[in-house]
Amino acid sequence: MSTRTTPSSRGAARALRSVLPSSERSVGDAVLRGLCVLAGVIAGLILIDVAYQVINGARPAISRFGLGFLGHVEWAPNFGRFGAAVMLYGTAVTSVIALVIATPLAIAIALYLSMLAPRSVRVIVGPLVEMLAAIPSVILGFWGIIILAPFMQAHIEPALHDVLGFTGLFGAPQTTGLSVFTAGVILTVMVVPIIASLSRDLFLTVPRELTEGAEALGATRWEVIRGVVLPTTFSGVSAAVMLGLGRALGEAIAVASLIGAGNVIHKNLFQTGNTAAARIALEITYPVSNLQTASLFYLALILLVIGIVTNLIARAISSRFDVHRSTV
Amino acid sequence: MSTDQPSETAGFDPTGPLTPSGNLRRRLAVSRLIRGLATLSAVIAVIALGLVVYVVIARGAPALSLDFLIKDPPPSGPGGGIRSAIIGTALIVAVGAVLATPLGVLTAIYLVEFARPNSLSGRALRMALDLMQGLPSVVIGLFVFGLLVKPEKADSGFAGSVALAIIMLPLIARSSQEVLMLVPRTLRDAADALGVNRWRAILTVILPTALSGILTGTILAVARAAGETAPLLIVDGIFTNQLTFQMFGHAVPNIPVSIFTAAEAADPTGFTRAWGEALVLLAGILIANIGARLFLARQRARMGL
Repeated sequence: MSTRTTPSSRGAARALRSVLPSSERSVGDAVLRGLCVLAGVIAGLILIDVAYQVINGARPAISRFGLGFLGHVEWAPNFGRFGAAVMLYGTAVTSVIALVIATPLAIAIALYLSMLAPRSVRVIVGPLVEMLAAIPSVILGFWGIIILAPFMQAHIEPALHDVLGFTGLFGAPQTTGLSVFTAGVILTVMVVPIIASLSRDLFLTVPRELTEGAEALGATRWEVIRGVVLPTTFSGVSAAVMLGLGRALGEAIAVASLIGAGNVIHKNLFQTGNTAAARIALEITYPVSNLQTASLFYLALILLVIGIVTNLIARAISSRFDVHRSTV
Repeated sequence: MSTDQPSETAGFDPTGPLTPSGNLRRRLAVSRLIRGLATLSAVIAVIALGLVVYVVIARGAPALSLDFLIKDPPPSGPGGGIRSAIIGTALIVAVGAVLATPLGVLTAIYLVEFARPNSLSGRALRMALDLMQGLPSVVIGLFVFGLLVKPEKADSGFAGSVALAIIMLPLIARSSQEVLMLVPRTLRDAADALGVNRWRAILTVILPTALSGILTGTILAVARAAGETAPLLIVDGIFTNQLTFQMFGHAVPNIPVSIFTAAEAADPTGFTRAWGEALVLLAGILIANIGARLFLARQRARMGL
């Protein structure tokens, strides 16, 4: 019965359409439909115009520097020399740090919230984790400067230096704690709730027959997770991680507060650095030349391209596998 | 839990004690370890939230007083209140919401009610909304900078509203879409059976049913946009801290940018006011969030979902 409703109601609608006088039907419908189409078109146009404005703003820098901009290290506004290498490196490294810490943490939280926690804990902890995503990045950045950076400098960085110093990545801590690593940690705080809440929703969609079947075969909770839950949701979780990556790549304010606005690529993660988004936020208001503005737009263009690519990858991964979404 | 029981019967000694041994004991230990780690992860996340909220309250509360909320700051230097920033933020966010809400809701109606499920236009629009939601907020800021600020050669509160509207639009469209899809099919069929026109059915049956959900989604989107700093810094960043209602051609003072400016300043005398502002902003956002969630939960319970 219920499976037949869709075609029959569509048939009914078609029948109605032929019965009703056309003028009465068409005016209101056409107006509402037109408004809705207009809204959709505006949404699409905004997106296109975003791309246009960014490319247009970047044009002087593109024609001046070309693709060499990507590999050029120096960023010297007073001398009219601009290159994106430091920012690209900083963006990549902070995002990688954030994802390396956030992915296991967020998946564990999602597992806890979907499979392990008692219901009474779930309904409280779940919203709390999502609340973490609601904290404005400017407050996280301010908190980071006052609380997190000194703590990292005094405790975490020396400890990591002692254990992993030989890799060269964890060198001697600097004086302030403002570093690429600290920026990566604050990004972790922003990315965890995104990955966790998306993954939790995915874990909840795993068919009960599968998990209960595994349990009936004598699997422990962890074996159910490893053998059934994670494999069935793997692509969805990957998509969630890609969305988290998109967030980490584009975050400007908290990173600008904590990364220390350095101009050199350091192997030592405890040194300062910069990211594309942070540099834009810090310098667009008071540029010394039009070329600097254009170079900042060029950085934004790079961010835009990377952002769209990660988003499309996330869509491609989830649409291939995400049964839940495609049936809705 | 239930996982442990069946495996224990695998032992063949019916008289033996029912305790796991050997391999099973190891498997259960691993399982317990993982459970412990997962719990620990959740605890870490909650502690992180608690730490941020605690610090903001502990440092912001001393700054807070009635005067702090209803007085303007002096033209420069520390002290005074943050009335102008509160009203400015409210103004920018409200105008942004007014721009974004109709667009978002209409887009959602188009996707749910008009576009055929797998039509090209529907898929393209969905993708556009996804991409828009994925835009870094600095890129949105630069877009509005290029569109409105550069030609005018002046920061403006309205430009800030437009930027926030672009941040809200996909969020509102997405949440409205989800709520509209929850409206029971039977309501549509009933409207059809009564010979009600499509537009009338949408406006008088479907939208009212979905209204509470749409409102909740809008509030969450507004709360999200209220804390956005990067776009405001770019298009509405240079303001005097005095109250103004001129949205066009004038930068409007706002809380996020003042916090950021104070935090970046070398001189810590502005910190007290910044913490006070952070507390006001965070309180507003968290209250809106919690309120919207409670409202939604009550609504869900009433609809029996």
